[in-house]
Amino acid sequence: MSRIDRYDAIVIGGGHNGLTAAAYLARAGKKVLVLERRHVLGGAAVTEEIFPGFKFSVCSYVVSLMKPNVMRELMLPKFGLELLPLESTFTPLDDDYLMRTADCDQTYREIARHSKKDAEAYQRFGPLMGQIGMAVRPILETIAPNALRPSLSDLFATKKLLDHFKTLSKEQFEYLTKLMTMSSADFLDEWFEFGPLKSTMSASGIIGTFMGPRSPGSAYVMLHHYMGDIDGAFRAWGFQRGGTGEVSMAIARSAEHFGATIMTEASVDNVIVKNGRAIGVALDNGDEYRSDMVISGLDPKLSFLKMVDEKELPSDFVRSIKNFRIRGSSGKVNLALDGLPDFTCLPGEGHHHRGAISISPNFDYLENAYDDAKYGNFSQKPFMDIILPSVLDPEMAPPGKHVMSCFVQYAPYDLKGGWNDDKREAFGDAVVNALARYAPNIKDIILHRQVLTPADLEKTFGLTEGNIFHGELTIQQLFSLRPAVKWADYTTPIKNYFQCGSGTHPGGGITGSPGEMAAKKILGIY
Amino acid sequence: MRQGNQFDATTQLRLSPFFERTSKLNESQEWRRWSGYLSATNYELNHENEYFAIRTKAALLDITPLYKYIIEGSDSQRFLNKLVTRNINICKVRQVMYTPWCDENGKVIDDGTVQRLSENKFRITSAEPNLGWLEHNSLGMDLTITDDSSTTAALALQGPNSRSILNAVASDSLDKLKFFWMMDTNLGDMPVSISRTGYTGDLGYEIWMNPKDALSVWDLLIEKGKSYGITPTGLQALDISRIEAGLILLDVDYISSRHALIESRKSSPFELGLGWSVKMKKDDFIGKRALEKELKDGPEWKFVGIEIQWDELEKHYRQAGLAPGLPSTAWRTSTPLYNGSEQIGYATSGAWSPILKRYIALAHIKTEYSKEGTMLDFELKIEHFRKLTPAKIVSTPFFDPERKRSCPA
Repeated sequence: MSRIDRYDAIVIGGGHNGLTAAAYLARAGKKVLVLERRHVLGGAAVTEEIFPGFKFSVCSYVVSLMKPNVMRELMLPKFGLELLPLESTFTPLDDDYLMRTADCDQTYREIARHSKKDAEAYQRFGPLMGQIGMAVRPILETIAPNALRPSLSDLFATKKLLDHFKTLSKEQFEYLTKLMTMSSADFLDEWFEFGPLKSTMSASGIIGTFMGPRSPGSAYVMLHHYMGDIDGAFRAWGFQRGGTGEVSMAIARSAEHFGATIMTEASVDNVIVKNGRAIGVALDNGDEYRSDMVISGLDPKLSFLKMVDEKELPSDFVRSIKNFRIRGSSGKVNLALDGLPDFTCLPGEGHHHRGAISISPNFDYLENAYDDAKYGNFSQKPFMDIILPSVLDPEMAPPGKHVMSCFVQYAPYDLKGGWNDDKREAFGDAVVNALARYAPNIKDIILHRQVLTPADLEKTFGLTEGNIFHGELTIQQLFSLRPAVKWADYTTPIKNYFQCGSGTHPGGGITGSPGEMAAKKILGIY
Repeated sequence: MRQGNQFDATTQLRLSPFFERTSKLNESQEWRRWSGYLSATNYELNHENEYFAIRTKAALLDITPLYKYIIEGSDSQRFLNKLVTRNINICKVRQVMYTPWCDENGKVIDDGTVQRLSENKFRITSAEPNLGWLEHNSLGMDLTITDDSSTTAALALQGPNSRSILNAVASDSLDKLKFFWMMDTNLGDMPVSISRTGYTGDLGYEIWMNPKDALSVWDLLIEKGKSYGITPTGLQALDISRIEAGLILLDVDYISSRHALIESRKSSPFELGLGWSVKMKKDDFIGKRALEKELKDGPEWKFVGIEIQWDELEKHYRQAGLAPGLPSTAWRTSTPLYNGSEQIGYATSGAWSPILKRYIALAHIKTEYSKEGTMLDFELKIEHFRKLTPAKIVSTPFFDPERKRSCPA
């Protein structure tokens, strides 16, 4: 039985960006419907109790880039946004460790233990990156202009950016250029000498990206991770109380507060296009909903190659979307633990459990991990970015127990022979073994293990090829080129069909930014 | 201090019975004075984790420095009812009331809580010594006043997990203990009183005990509370949360009328946002007549919450080429507030609220400008230069979670 309801706007996908767009549109008085395929909201920003009593931020696990104005305008703190500080980054080594904290004296002394020169350089590096972040911020906050046929408002925006760039200092300009073009390893080599410091800092240049620290372009990804700020402090990372799903839920509550309707287990099959114009959506179950506009929070591949018929689109656009690089590079391993991992290099319980734990001992380790993936294997000794959410928020696990979130690279989507259950378990074993090298007790305290390969990420979260950013953050697919030239301003070749996912400017991470800017663009049109 | 001796605070300042533990836990070795006691500013190098313990886990604070008095005798109810502005006649046994008390001119001397321990026995807490004032006003009454300040040690356990922790250690369930009520129970084999009170505006309790049990109670709470995230917490984190809760602090937000050198430094309860606590219908109490008059004429000042508006604040900093400079700790510098070119008030404490993502402050405002929603200008210093940036009068408490008052069904 099919039914037809009418809305001003339909958002496909209840991920955090789709919800953000919905909230903004509802706030402007539009009648909005959000359709989510799964039983839970949040897309990749989701909390699920996979093992009884243990809550996992299943996929996305930290928050930093969430835009302050989005938090305010959507009143997210009122609806449950609570960001706890992740205060340190701990890099265990075989017989030593490196730990950086929010306290600059402590961090100076710790780095100086390894290199006095680095300790000093580090004190200059942080503020400089903050300044670069300030310099880039206006780009992130501008709707990407159409580079080929700029409208009047595009020209105005471009002029504003050019004016802004004229105000940059020589130093800002120099480093910005370097960050846009270099590899993170080369960039960091200019600054530091202590291997584990460089490799750990470079790690944010490879996260979610099919590149190694020595691949050109990785410095930009590093910068992307530097641009987050919490409470005015650049480069601060936070953990959402209750897991990242609570960020999505806060946005969803805000959207509902403003009057949006949100449906789960409502899988959209396709966008209904008539005379080059989107007029609604059809669900897998045959239901149809009509609306004045349809907004896709999905990645560009799904938005254009699955949701609509190729023949509705210009062929050069189809080719651009097909060429859009969205290679999955990472997996996720979530562990339910009976206790805390005990690190050989820093035994016992301590501050290091409260921050990020980075398995990134040196560049070669990371580059070797990448080499495995280049040739179609998962890394035997993978890079990992780990947090222990239950240390920050005890309600994530039963009293005395813990959950551990391991972001793992590399795991190629196109694994030799393809992913299957055995390969998944072998990948999980490689992760646990890599952990056990630094925290041997890990094997004895695992109560449950959830392993997500890029194929699982694709299947569960609708992330094409398991790419966490809806497309790599490389220079050829940023700003006016994201996801395709001419169509970087959230519009698409189909009239009344819009896009608002991480595959649009300014890209991935829990930012709310694509959703916000898409909604503002749409509201500017309507 | 004799030469050659190691530094020893015992001869200089008082040490709480918890000091043996707190001093070893205090990694930053940052201390403040609180009523002549050495009191931890923060235990870690910065207060962030402690602040979030209050809001998301459980924070353990040594609040022994509070002044405490026991009032016992057949006239104790009559006496307290005369002393404070709340109606003590309706205070039931095991109930707690927050109240200010005033001088004859209706100006606030101090504020604290009155606990009714039994029919004829009360405990009153205060920020400053009040023994003289209490005795002075109880002449001829059938009661005794005992300074309980050092005979009772106290801890505050504040935060969403505080109830779970106490349920894990107390011999009685706390599920039915309502906001501003108290109960007697045992923690292990140590007898304690637990009141559902606090200075954070969150779910929380204060635990009153014999100082000889102090260390055992501390150890028990830390041990059993570990898996609930119990965190020793200092005054810096507390200061942010009490501002979020809209709670005033003596000597910061107001000056005791007994210490004010000039009349304008004194405040009535109406001028401190405590009008709700002044029960005009009850029998005579100290300051009543003056307060009646003030109520008729209207108070000159009001005490309000303000929110410094983000967009303009950010703009000011961007103009200076900086990211918004938010205070990382609560401030206590009196800050002018303007309407146009006229100064119409001053903020006495403020903080960036990490949980609300709002820059908030508590302020004295001339009554005519004190309506909620009124915009005024807040003085801000950026790079040594003064700027004015808009702030809006908003209702307090800024942060008021449901869990503060709710009981498990």
